[in-house]
Amino acid sequence: MERLTNSKNKKLKSMIWKIFLFLLIAFVSIAGITFPIVEKPEAWYEFPFIPGLEENAKIIFFHVPTAWLTVIAFLMSTIFSFRYLRKKNLDEDAKAYSAAQLGMIFCILATITGAIWAKFAWGSFWSWDPRQTSIFALLLIYGALFALRSSIESEEKRATLSAVYSLIAFVTVPFFIFIMPRIMKGLHPGSIPTNPNEEQLNPVIDFKMNSNMQLIFFLSLIGFTILYFWMWRVGYKSIIYRDKLNNKLLIPTKSGQGG
Amino acid sequence: MIAKPFALFKKDFSSELRTRYAINSLAMFIIVAISVILFSIGNERITESLTGGLFWVVIFFTAMSGLARAFVSEEERGTSLTLQLISAPSTVFSGKLLFNIILVFCMNTVIALLYSALFEEFVVKNFPLFLLTFILGNFGLAISSTIIAAIIAKAGAKGTLYPVLSFPILLPLILTSVQLTLFSFDGTSFEGAKFELAIVVGYDVIMLTASYMLFDFIWKD
Repeated sequence: MERLTNSKNKKLKSMIWKIFLFLLIAFVSIAGITFPIVEKPEAWYEFPFIPGLEENAKIIFFHVPTAWLTVIAFLMSTIFSFRYLRKKNLDEDAKAYSAAQLGMIFCILATITGAIWAKFAWGSFWSWDPRQTSIFALLLIYGALFALRSSIESEEKRATLSAVYSLIAFVTVPFFIFIMPRIMKGLHPGSIPTNPNEEQLNPVIDFKMNSNMQLIFFLSLIGFTILYFWMWRVGYKSIIYRDKLNNKLLIPTKSGQGG
Repeated sequence: MIAKPFALFKKDFSSELRTRYAINSLAMFIIVAISVILFSIGNERITESLTGGLFWVVIFFTAMSGLARAFVSEEERGTSLTLQLISAPSTVFSGKLLFNIILVFCMNTVIALLYSALFEEFVVKNFPLFLLTFILGNFGLAISSTIIAAIIAKAGAKGTLYPVLSFPILLPLILTSVQLTLFSFDGTSFEGAKFELAIVVGYDVIMLTASYMLFDFIWKD
């Protein structure tokens, strides 16, 4: 009886989370798209006018969370890869793999939304801005990781080699942060100025959000992060169950020895 | 400490001399790649910056065609188990790295000589800077491609996967080396290029450390 109520409680709890997430993302989407941009924002639902960005500024509510989750997913994939190498537990590999899968999805989303925005803001889809180059490098790393994984049959070998590869790839990432602004001039909002002494007068690069905009922005960030963690949990659990089922169905002789 | 990796290097070197597989294929690859570039340029005059970029393009693809041999040949001949028994992982890595460093230096010296002979725009104004870039870049290239070669050899997929895995890892090195090569064409002083030089040195040191730490996991089955 107690177990029954326990599971009921659990179900209710997860239901509440899902409804909360739905409402949050629905609110952020509606607010981000429909709230008007005016010269002098007074009401709580009005965004400030940014010269050079205008209506294009609204992408911040959707593009930045995807880029943020790309980085979070990459970081988590690296951490779980490291833990796999320490403990050799295949569950850790499933977690790393699931994070990498989601990271790839969000990386593609961030690249596409960014490119569409760039078409309207800069006049071309792609201009090798430092941020664009960095996200392209991340896309290549994710692609290489999946190519490596699909080429190996044995589970342990696949887990070990992909963990080693993602750690090596992680080591190279800081270099992009340092060299990119030196090689190319940043057009992206929030870019580091090439010459720190030079006064930047470009309103697009160092624009400021007002408090309403910040509120919607951070709500969007929170909503997408919760969505990511939920998807990640579902993802790695399904990988673990699938592996268990495969071990039971395909190699019945080995199931006793732990799969 | 030095003797064991050197013994492994000598073994690789003498087996290479016997077949001359890597040397021949690398030499042919260099000739093919450079002639393709020369044909596509035709009578056009290309800029200095394009020459510097094309120089590193040839270096990257030549490295990708030949450097995987070091580990793949062990797996192909089935000698990697014996090697695991008789020596420590770090020794194996040092030996293979030494072999690849020598190979990279030979190959890139040939490429540089051919470039300076065949491309009018390949004029180095600050030669010490170019030499330093060349040496540091070669070390980085050898280190990264050796560790990726170890992964490829264990993965069992030899050909196409190698450049795919190596490119994102080598991208920071190549971008910075291209920049430094352009500086040496322009005659920029060491003072002006010290940031980029620091990045290449940092890349070499960090990749070397990471490779030695992670090679154990790749090598032990």
